[in-house]
Amino acid sequence: MTESGKPKLAMYWGASCGGCEISVINIHEHILVVDEIFDIVFFPCIADFKYHHVESYPDKHIDVCLFNGAIRNSENEEMAHLLRKKSKVLVAYGSCAYEGCIPALSNLTTKDATFNKVYFDNPSIDNPDRILPQTSTDMPEGTLTLPTFYHTVKSLDQVVDVDYYLPGCPPEPPQIWAVLQVIVGGLLEGKPLPPAGAIVGAGTTALCDECEREIQEKSIDRFYRPYQLDPDPDQCLLEQGIICMGIATRSGCGALCPTVGMGCRGCYGPPEGVIDQGAKMLSAIASVINAGDETMEDDELEHVIQEVIDTIPDPAGTFYRFSMAHSILRRVKNGKGDS
Amino acid sequence: MERITIDPITRLEGHGKIEIFLDKKGNVENAYLQIPELRGFEQFSIGRPAEEMPRITNRICGVCPEAHHMAATKALDALFDVEPAPVVKKLRELFYSSFYVTDHSVHFYALGGPDFILGPDSDPAERNILGVIHKVGVDIGIQVIECRKRNHEVIKILGGRAIHPVAGLPGGWSRAMTKEEQKTILGWAKENVDFALFTLKIFDDIVLANQAYVDLIVSDAFTHETYYMGTVDEKNQINFYDGLIRVTGPDGKEFVKYPAKDYAKHIAERVEPWSYLKFPYLKDVGWKGFVDGVDSGVYCATPLSRFNAADGMATPKAQEHFERFYETLGSTKSNGRYSPIHHRLATHWARIIELLYAAERMQELVEDPEITDPNVRPIITNTPTEGIGSVEAPRGTLTHHYKTDENGILTDVNLIVGTTNNNAPIAMSIKKAAKGLIKNGEVSEGLLNTIEMAFRNYDPCMSCATHSLPGQMPLEIQIHDADGNLIVTQSQYID
Amino acid sequence: MSDHYEPVIVGFLCNWCSYRAADLAGTSRIKYAPNMRAIRVMCSGRVDPQFVLTAFINGADGVLIAGCHPGECHYVNGNIKTMRRFLLLKKTLTQWGIEDERVQLLWASASEGIHLAEKVNAMTEELRALGPLRWHEKVLGENGKVPVAVKEA
Repeated sequence: MTESGKPKLAMYWGASCGGCEISVINIHEHILVVDEIFDIVFFPCIADFKYHHVESYPDKHIDVCLFNGAIRNSENEEMAHLLRKKSKVLVAYGSCAYEGCIPALSNLTTKDATFNKVYFDNPSIDNPDRILPQTSTDMPEGTLTLPTFYHTVKSLDQVVDVDYYLPGCPPEPPQIWAVLQVIVGGLLEGKPLPPAGAIVGAGTTALCDECEREIQEKSIDRFYRPYQLDPDPDQCLLEQGIICMGIATRSGCGALCPTVGMGCRGCYGPPEGVIDQGAKMLSAIASVINAGDETMEDDELEHVIQEVIDTIPDPAGTFYRFSMAHSILRRVKNGKGDS
Repeated sequence: MERITIDPITRLEGHGKIEIFLDKKGNVENAYLQIPELRGFEQFSIGRPAEEMPRITNRICGVCPEAHHMAATKALDALFDVEPAPVVKKLRELFYSSFYVTDHSVHFYALGGPDFILGPDSDPAERNILGVIHKVGVDIGIQVIECRKRNHEVIKILGGRAIHPVAGLPGGWSRAMTKEEQKTILGWAKENVDFALFTLKIFDDIVLANQAYVDLIVSDAFTHETYYMGTVDEKNQINFYDGLIRVTGPDGKEFVKYPAKDYAKHIAERVEPWSYLKFPYLKDVGWKGFVDGVDSGVYCATPLSRFNAADGMATPKAQEHFERFYETLGSTKSNGRYSPIHHRLATHWARIIELLYAAERMQELVEDPEITDPNVRPIITNTPTEGIGSVEAPRGTLTHHYKTDENGILTDVNLIVGTTNNNAPIAMSIKKAAKGLIKNGEVSEGLLNTIEMAFRNYDPCMSCATHSLPGQMPLEIQIHDADGNLIVTQSQYID
Repeated sequence: MSDHYEPVIVGFLCNWCSYRAADLAGTSRIKYAPNMRAIRVMCSGRVDPQFVLTAFINGADGVLIAGCHPGECHYVNGNIKTMRRFLLLKKTLTQWGIEDERVQLLWASASEGIHLAEKVNAMTEELRALGPLRWHEKVLGENGKVPVAVKEA
């Protein structure tokens, strides 16, 4: 490869959906500027570099590596270690790499249950010999290998040191462009970069700051599923009883989901200072339930509150929708005593 | 046995590895496509409220989240047994058509297209979107960016977010279109039609006018005769949003036509120990292995499949091009149907014609005065039980199947995803191309890329727009003789 | 189950009622299971669910939240919020696989030393029967601790 002197950019995906790759492309015409500034040296989605090419690079050869996707299997983890070694700056790009995102919902179930569902127990399966994918299979021609599927989905920083986090599922293009400009300023013009470990490309307060809906008083008598109500277009969704994670979610996306009448689901992660987004949301929602008061007997108190709580269908899967890998408990207790 | 490993395969969405084994003479004995990834959506969706599935299954694919969002939303319609109002169906299909425009156009210009626009044997440093721009002009690059930009804006306006939209609801959509938006989107729809026609002209001028490319397209190495699947309306014309699923045979005859809810009667999935991805096949034909023919249950689901499964296109310009496609490739017409085209590389052409259809369809829908009806979000009171919904994802027929308890909490989920349909055909295409091209242990750069072309025409779930591609393919091939001595090392662009 | 398993209970006791109850149990020389580690909070309404989860990840087998009887809260209705959080937390913890007995709520006024002691005794035996939780060791296990080898060029 000719040495052009341009900074080297890589983008790699672990257990990912490709949305983060598209989010980079969705900076639209700015991509031509990125192209002018950087040399791409590894980006399997759109370029033909292979693993052994990365292995051959000197350490820290890559200036900026955008690593998206969660750590689901041994190949994801190997690549995380490899890219950490070969990169000066490693960015946990997007919610999967930051905190697990949707793949980490798998932490509420088990590897065995997953394999059972996918390969044995579903309406369209034809697998009478109960074949499962194997990490090593001897075929007549040679041995074929597959990576190990881990019991627990991890975030990128649970396997390697991460320099920056760029939250969002996926990050929104204006934020991406802003961050790239900061990085370029640092690399080419010696401008100061954010401190290591910083969360970039997002705000520090809660989503409510960006949302244009009117806030009055939060005092909720019951919750509604999104199809049980046609909400008022101007009033806060949560106040109308539609679960919106905005109160426990970092600002930065522009409150896109509430704008179209759907509650936030928390993809930008917890606000500044919060460790466990799900627990914080739980606490916040419970605080604004309007049920029970100090004049009630114990039984009645429990009963009226429980009635409201019964209208929240899936607290773990909703409050931890994107942040499971970064939650305090991290995964469900599977009763086997092993990971 | 000697082995060639391509890891990872590139210029697609997702992970994959190809292993090619050579016999003592240096010819291909076998080739395997291994998919090393699994996330387990079918299992971890259990316990979630069903109405969250449009937003959860989005994350199966961030390139085509709209497809999953739509299949999930339709599964919810069935789950709650609600018939969406006409305005809801039109709004959803409009949204979906806009998505098709951006997705298909990006594949042609940045992924599959460079192989044709520049040539399979062209300088790899140029064989990418930049080379495309050099060849056809930077103005075209800007046009592709603008096409993506305006259609992603439509997706964001109607769906909430440009990537991972959120508006799908059982029987409804979370927001209606305003008259101002209708005007703006109509202007964009017309630009889309122009862009589609322009893209077809590029294909004409650069591909069809070049005999070498035409020879490649019709060559045996890239030809397979399998069953073909697509979704058709009541006139057996392609519809991406809704219809019956139709399968036609390698001989061109209709084999079966069924509603989405009957999918499990017709499709079964096999497991191999060397891949995490399952292999669907037609139950009524049976699995005979990775082979072609009317007795093999292998089927594919791609733009080419949809063409072969349908009798025509529902919009006029696209229909013209549909007819031209078949006539040019030597198909014969009988009983109103063209005989199928089996040349897999022709999928690239079919894809752009679908792009034109999507653009025309989008214009039709946005011109409909009913589309700004504000009543799009019904309140649902039915008790959910079980629901199946399907759409045509750009990469194949996509089916979502949900079962819930009476509170609408999922108890079971089954998904058959677009590219999954094509797992066996892609594997067969790679093997046949490799066999056809690698002889006596001789490899060349053009050969390596051409094997990848066997994969790329299926557009396995990845699209991208303009980005810098150095075009280097650092693949190292080591050929050993029967005693294990290294006789040839061919490296590409490795320092 | 190990012979040496003594359930570890982290108890969040409110300053005005339940902590005073624990004090009273002490000064009254009431013998009761020593398994609870008491943490004083000003009001049971102060107990953030994150505290409960942190207790579990750090080795607790159970958590007791104790506050004033409804109607007697020093801050009027802090304990009402406790009840709301507690019930939603229980529902959530069920999804994580954490058994019902491992998080319990008790109302205990300042004079109810015996009541508190009996609760700690009962909870200790329930947790003894359930077995240790030991989340880090038994649930997370070796997850993430074994470094993966990096392929060299």
